[in-house]
Amino acid sequence: MQCETVSPSRRAVLGASGALFAWAFMPKFAQAARGRDARFVTIILRGALDGLSAVPPLGDPNYEALRQGLALRQDGADAALPLDGFFALHPSLPNMQRLFRAGQAAILHASATSYRERSHFDGQDVLESGYQAQGRVDSGWLNRLLVGLPKGDTVAPGASSKAMGLGVGANAPLIIRGSAPVLGWAPAALPPADDDLAARLLDLYERRDPLLAHALAEGIATGKIATGVDVKARGGPGDAEGMKRLASGAARLLAQPDGPRLAALAFEGWDTHAQEVGRLARLLAGLDGALAAFEQELGPAWKDTAILVATEFGRTARINGTDGTDHGTGTTAFLAGGAIKGGRVIADWPGLKEAQLRDGRDLAPTTDLRAIAKGLAVDLLGASPTLLARDVFPGSDTVAPMPGLIA
Amino acid sequence: MVGSPARLDAALALSRFGLGARPGDIDAIASDPRGAVKEEIAAKLVPAPQGDELKPTPDLLKDFFAFVQLQREQRERKAAGMASGAPMSEGQPALPGAAPGTPPAAMPQSPPTDPSASMAKPGTGAPMPASAAAQPPPKTEPPLPQRVFLAEAKARFSGTVQVPRIGFGERLAMFWANHFAISAAKGPNVRILAGAFEREAIRPHVFGRFSDMLLAVETHPAMLFYLDNQQSFGPDSVAGQNRNRGLNENLARETLELHTLGVDGGYSQADVTSFARIITGWTVVGREGRLGDPGSFTFFARAHEPGPETLLGRIYGDQGFEQGKAALLDLARHPATATHIAHKLARHFVSDTPPAALVEHLAAVFRSSDGDLAALSMALVEADAAWQPELVKLRSPLEFSVAMLRATEIRPEPQPVLGALYAMGQPLWQPAGPNGYADTADAWASPEALKTRMDIANAAALRTGDRFDPADFVETRLGPLLSQDTRDAVSRAESRTQGLAIAFMSPEFQRR
Repeated sequence: MQCETVSPSRRAVLGASGALFAWAFMPKFAQAARGRDARFVTIILRGALDGLSAVPPLGDPNYEALRQGLALRQDGADAALPLDGFFALHPSLPNMQRLFRAGQAAILHASATSYRERSHFDGQDVLESGYQAQGRVDSGWLNRLLVGLPKGDTVAPGASSKAMGLGVGANAPLIIRGSAPVLGWAPAALPPADDDLAARLLDLYERRDPLLAHALAEGIATGKIATGVDVKARGGPGDAEGMKRLASGAARLLAQPDGPRLAALAFEGWDTHAQEVGRLARLLAGLDGALAAFEQELGPAWKDTAILVATEFGRTARINGTDGTDHGTGTTAFLAGGAIKGGRVIADWPGLKEAQLRDGRDLAPTTDLRAIAKGLAVDLLGASPTLLARDVFPGSDTVAPMPGLIA
Repeated sequence: MVGSPARLDAALALSRFGLGARPGDIDAIASDPRGAVKEEIAAKLVPAPQGDELKPTPDLLKDFFAFVQLQREQRERKAAGMASGAPMSEGQPALPGAAPGTPPAAMPQSPPTDPSASMAKPGTGAPMPASAAAQPPPKTEPPLPQRVFLAEAKARFSGTVQVPRIGFGERLAMFWANHFAISAAKGPNVRILAGAFEREAIRPHVFGRFSDMLLAVETHPAMLFYLDNQQSFGPDSVAGQNRNRGLNENLARETLELHTLGVDGGYSQADVTSFARIITGWTVVGREGRLGDPGSFTFFARAHEPGPETLLGRIYGDQGFEQGKAALLDLARHPATATHIAHKLARHFVSDTPPAALVEHLAAVFRSSDGDLAALSMALVEADAAWQPELVKLRSPLEFSVAMLRATEIRPEPQPVLGALYAMGQPLWQPAGPNGYADTADAWASPEALKTRMDIANAAALRTGDRFDPADFVETRLGPLLSQDTRDAVSRAESRTQGLAIAFMSPEFQRR
């Protein structure tokens, strides 16, 4: 726009930000399991997904009575999509069904974190921090996994500071916050400031404010990369359009040869206390579209990708008085991606009889989400079980990594 | 005078307890900065938002009911016309090329509305064509709920935040509105009430009693809609039995977890359920006015769960509305509530990790004054821990935006401010959950959020930059808080615009 000046250039910006991290490394795993250049994505569904609606156990004799107006059926209008004869999928998840049939998606039912109370915010903290109990929000398990993964080629000081982690959204989800450098990205809504202003601010922050220096350096690094995404449409993390846009942008970054490899997204609005039918249909359609966007934008990298979709807890087995459901315990998680050994519903089904419900109200959890996450980390990323039990999910020694999730 | 302790306190008063300094503000209060903050408490200075569209809640809801009704009729007329293949009754030719069943081509959505998040209630959830109001407004006019929302926003950004010298009361109004968060994304019925909720349930009590604010909040139609209580029926109540409807524990849970005791406040699932039963029947009068004045709060006895209830070990006999009121008043006085509020207040004004002694002191004042929020605010301002010269709190996007408006003395149209808040992750009155927006730096200092702040500072500087001398700007707005590094960076900028953008983004302006 104007003439060249002697002010710090973009190259200087990147150099300065690189110098912030003594141990910056190339985004490539040293011993990517089975020689693949893997991508690992977690999508947090904030608000507590109703697993019994997302993946209804149509074969359970008590399902329909508990669910009444929310119950899905095998036939008729808005029929559930068949999976394996016992479980089916919500009709808003056709992509999930297609991936499931192609062996690229799996369902984990009656799963839960180690949290057993019913506060969203504590539940999300446990899900994302990876700690056994609530109360610690200093870092997320995905970030600690990053710290502990075998490193690839180290980068000479002064080179680009590309980090392996990617936090998507205006505020990075806790799951990927921590000491390892993480890129941040959200769809831009404004004409970006020029490089020169950024460089000057970075210089000022490095003198006065390390926290802002760190954040700005990474913000500059990723904002430049993802500018190809359409910025006109408006959509937040709680609507279908927004979910798709967040997924597309994240996938484009992950697809780059030197882009990040671990990403965290969060979709909002799953707290369906009332009129659940319509709301959940819209939200699940958003999730389904996001998965399709990942598949499309990742291109050849899709075959090396695993996506874990998880929520803080489930919802009551019975519907409440307002055609919705209240906070519960066990729910579903989803796995999708070309690296997944899919086509299966993985569940130690606890049953829906009164006596089988937790506290007489919730789907009882029989699968620990940490076993899933650990299994993926071991078989996809080559993480060591010792590291996982010690640093990533402290206190989870008795929760073994689930084998066989990766194709 | 420059560099005197009193002048530093003056800058801190404006930055930490206030809305940010305008030109002249620092000098105006430099003779007694702490006294100036206390004066605002003593005067109970909380400006009232002004504007023709800022009506009382029942009036807003009456307008809303009429708006929804008119839309429904128009849709039905249209559907009937299309089904019969007849031309539209108004004599309007069909849109050229529009196939039957095609939705209206133009659905004006000024950012940051979120119509897709609206409730699935028939008649309120559909996109709203602009032509729905009684007198067809021009095409660019947003639908009624958004029009009111914009008017409420304007009354803040061009009104209440500009009025006070310091603005401690205004900051507290923001704090409490976030503590008792509702979200306009819930649906157009909450969107139209979001400002009224803050005007009616929050502002009058900012320097009043916590229990009064609590009661006003939990009986406000905006909160009852937001957390579904108007749909919660006592399972054994007459209406619950007749309609086969039951409990919704949403409002009850968040009242205990977020509004009063806090998540570690010692309540159980049984307490949540019990309190949910206690407040069944707390609802909003509908359009037909069968229960009273349409759009007002009412206690609907036929939906109320009969019988006594036990909450936190205490038995509340069933005296209708009084049962819930008594329970709420006890929750307001509960020691866990005092600690919860004290911690949030200290965290908001002093530090992401406030000193335990300060929290304990504030909690003690809350308890001994029976939740007198003027006494609580005074105790905060009188604490030396609150006047440390280091700027450790990061301004939230809202605080940052307001500080920019005051520093530049701009009274904007609301849309650009709302757009900026949306982009920075803090759309006005629209947090992701009932816990409101985060109040610690780690939530706001993400790379993307900071990058967006920079883009917004840049955009603001592009508009106003050449009106200011950047060096003078930082001296007068930041005063003794200004560092030599920032002074240098601003003075070395390649243009006035860039200098102003650096000023907005300086650590001294980003922090308070």
